[in-house]
Amino acid sequence: MTTHAAASTPLGFGSMRRKEDARFLRGAGRYLDDIVLPGMLHAAILRSPYAHARIVSVDTSAAEAHPKVEAVITGETLAGLGLAWMPTLSHDVQAVLATDKVRFQGQEVAFVVAEDRYAARDALGLIEVEYEPLPAVVDATHALDPDAPVIRDDLHRTDNHIFDWEAGDAAATDEVFSRADVVAECDLLYPRSHPAPMETCGSIASMDPVSGKLTVHTTTQAPHAHRTVYALVAGIPEHKIQVIAPDIGGGFGNKVGIYPGYVCAVVGSIVTGRPVKWVEDRSENLMSTSFARDYHMHGEIAATKDGTLLGVRVKVLADHGAFNGTAQPSKLPAGLFHVFSGSYDLRAAHCSVTGVYTNKCPGGVAYACSFRITEAVYLIERLVDVLARDQGWDPAELRMKNLIRPEQFPYRTALGWEYDSGNYPKTLRTALDLAGYAELRREQAEKRARGELMGIGVSFFTEAVGAGPRKHMDILGLGMADGAELRVHPTGKAVLRLSCMTQGQGHQTTFAQIVAEELGISPDDVEVVQGDTDQTPFGLGTYGSRSTPVSGAATALVARKVRERARIVASAMLEVAPSDLEFVKGRFEVRGDPAASASMAEIAMAAHSALELPEGVEGHLDATCVYNPPNLTYPCGAYVCVVDVDPGTGQVTVRRFVAVDDCGVRINPMVVEGQIHGGLADGIGMALMEALAFDPDGNHLGASFMDYLLPTALECPSWELGETVTPSPHHPIGAKGVGESATVGSPPAVVNAVLDAIGVRHADMPLTPAQVWRAMQGRPLRTDLSVT
Amino acid sequence: MQITVTVNGVEYTRDVEPRLLLVHFLRDELGLTGTHWGCDTSNCGVCVVLLDGLPAKSCTVLAVMADGHEVRTVEGLAGADGLDPVQQAFSDMHGLQCGFCTPGMLLTSRALLDRNPDPSPAEIREAISGQVCRCTGYENIVRAVRAAADRAAEAGTAAGTVTS
Ligand code: FES
Ligand code: FES
Repeated sequence: MTTHAAASTPLGFGSMRRKEDARFLRGAGRYLDDIVLPGMLHAAILRSPYAHARIVSVDTSAAEAHPKVEAVITGETLAGLGLAWMPTLSHDVQAVLATDKVRFQGQEVAFVVAEDRYAARDALGLIEVEYEPLPAVVDATHALDPDAPVIRDDLHRTDNHIFDWEAGDAAATDEVFSRADVVAECDLLYPRSHPAPMETCGSIASMDPVSGKLTVHTTTQAPHAHRTVYALVAGIPEHKIQVIAPDIGGGFGNKVGIYPGYVCAVVGSIVTGRPVKWVEDRSENLMSTSFARDYHMHGEIAATKDGTLLGVRVKVLADHGAFNGTAQPSKLPAGLFHVFSGSYDLRAAHCSVTGVYTNKCPGGVAYACSFRITEAVYLIERLVDVLARDQGWDPAELRMKNLIRPEQFPYRTALGWEYDSGNYPKTLRTALDLAGYAELRREQAEKRARGELMGIGVSFFTEAVGAGPRKHMDILGLGMADGAELRVHPTGKAVLRLSCMTQGQGHQTTFAQIVAEELGISPDDVEVVQGDTDQTPFGLGTYGSRSTPVSGAATALVARKVRERARIVASAMLEVAPSDLEFVKGRFEVRGDPAASASMAEIAMAAHSALELPEGVEGHLDATCVYNPPNLTYPCGAYVCVVDVDPGTGQVTVRRFVAVDDCGVRINPMVVEGQIHGGLADGIGMALMEALAFDPDGNHLGASFMDYLLPTALECPSWELGETVTPSPHHPIGAKGVGESATVGSPPAVVNAVLDAIGVRHADMPLTPAQVWRAMQGRPLRTDLSVT
Repeated sequence: MQITVTVNGVEYTRDVEPRLLLVHFLRDELGLTGTHWGCDTSNCGVCVVLLDGLPAKSCTVLAVMADGHEVRTVEGLAGADGLDPVQQAFSDMHGLQCGFCTPGMLLTSRALLDRNPDPSPAEIREAISGQVCRCTGYENIVRAVRAAADRAAEAGTAAGTVTS
């Protein structure tokens, strides 16, 4: 169970220390705020104190008179440039700086550029804004009331409705429900939460007035998509834009979108002729950049009386905030939520989702959720538990009985997904054995008899990651495919250029390992380049656990192309036909005469030399590849959580957490385990601590880490991991991706455990001591609203 | 105000605004960007440095308060003979991912081992509980600190302290 880096570097897959550690350990990482450009100015944003208000006037004269202020930009300035509004990732528009109204607390109103960061903040206090407050829409369940204030009058809307969307066969599902012996239903809120990476978002825009080239250093998970969006928004030719993502201090989806501050920094640089740095503070991060979840779900599950699950039906009310900025593939307004039939062999399933505007921050996909699969998994895994409780069935047995069986793969779900591979019963069995499930139930019974509250929660999840295929999935019309370029230098060392962008996942190491595995050279000899759009091929970036499934596949395939070129060069060197050569890690050998061989380094030198090369190679040793995934990959996992609840205070202690993940082939098991650990901590955070709630006036109640609580080392147990390995049949190296698996799978395990402990059918997350206490009294809270 | 602060053994004298935070002094005045900033409310701990040998949140200390004091930052952890054992152990045990919380975690761990060469996992968790890591789920940080302690015990040095 203990993670150890291998003593020596493997020639491919296997645990090895990360190459990126060297700089991070010495404080030599280069994050956005560490970058200082010559003549750089600093910016700060004035934000709305109101959730909904008309702007009567904005007076910037005192701020402009501040000796250190270089520019003050307002919505009116931007309107003059046609930049007051920008497109969102969901075909809506969002105010860059408010002109007519403010629509959420924390919305951007004015942008100050000054000599230093303190002066920029000082000047914010000198701007006078007169507001006329309006009633706010805070509770999503009342957003569509006929008398609700209309938020988007800019679009000439007459209500707060955004979209209706459905998936599955409604008639078939109703039919299954009408014939079911038992049905369980439940209202579930997945509250608004925030990815809150330790580094906040920011950018440095630098417009070169002579060449007309815009360079944007920015905290982005998707540098290429950002470049294209800047070109579309600002009308700057795309070849004159260079986006550079430096080291990123965690992303988790928070760094996918383009925020108003980024656009303002560009305008600030154009106006002042100098580089402009804007870095948000923590409350700005929590109040105005991409939130996650906020799904109000009514779910129903149908079964026979012997415990065979038949179908699931769900209605969702999705709170999208004041602008529809959710980052989903464009044909899918609820993302991949419709994998909610989960890991079970169901006959029918149907969902309908309604999106509404409220006076809250826009966003809505972030926080390691795989495009709303967190919500889907939470829904099904809670429903299964509720049903088990209603019927007096064991929740683990109920799951085992209904899991999709290994022989059913590839498995087409009632909602049309084709799951690629898995051995679900084995994965669940491994987790239950590791946890000692039967023994835990015995211990629980003993404790109950003594009045102690111990709970055991089980969850099983199926993830769907690695979006595309491009024909089904695009963002703003950009198909979800990713590029890779591999060049082997004359001495046999290589450089790999990728469109994805690490935020701590260790790409510099794991992608070098993929090349190493394919070419038989050391990962230490492969440099991985990411983040700079002038140096890397186009692609949609890193989110939705797509790096390994998409860019990882591109890397394996580009390395194979290079290998085949190397074969032709080797055939010229060794004077045999290419087909007479055999690739044995790191070298081509003549079949039957292994002494006649050439190493990758020798081949690379030959490829760059005066050697006469045969047909099919032009010289040099490099290749490019664009990978358009044929299908998603489907990691899965089984989790068991054990909690103790203090009956006097409602305080939950997570005593044990067993996680068995199947993410296919593991490139670097040490890194994979690290990814899982992090996601499990997120799950504990969401289940027990994290929620962005609002008071009736739309005041944000989670705007600092005093109020938005993140798990520390004290809330997290020592994770117990296990694994099963079912390779993806369609991925070149059989890997499935793992970045978000644990974030997706763990919240229901924790919630199921707590509710099991206190014997309550359902209460919404976060299960804070107050919420647990209230639930024990039969009065759980609406966790998205202020406590009244 | 003129202040003199010793950072990683080097004395720096600078004229600063009285309101300047130590974290900004280190980053913006001295260019020591290994010390990070992550919140407005003294909660996250990515800014932790050692102030006279004890962990302190440098966002919660004014630069003028450090006048005449000694500060040790992550840049001062490695000695002439290489990485501090704690740094090495963080890499061996994969105790870091994005690296943003890492400098603060390393310094707190160093200070813990200096005063308690054989901490239990619970004591390690307690020591780093004022600092948030959003990536690692903490387990590998705990293992790293334990590994550093074990290695020091094997080597017979006092918790692997690199004398500076
Ligand atoms: S920056 Fe968060 S505690 Fe110092
Ligand atoms: S390693 Fe990213 S916050 Fe700790």
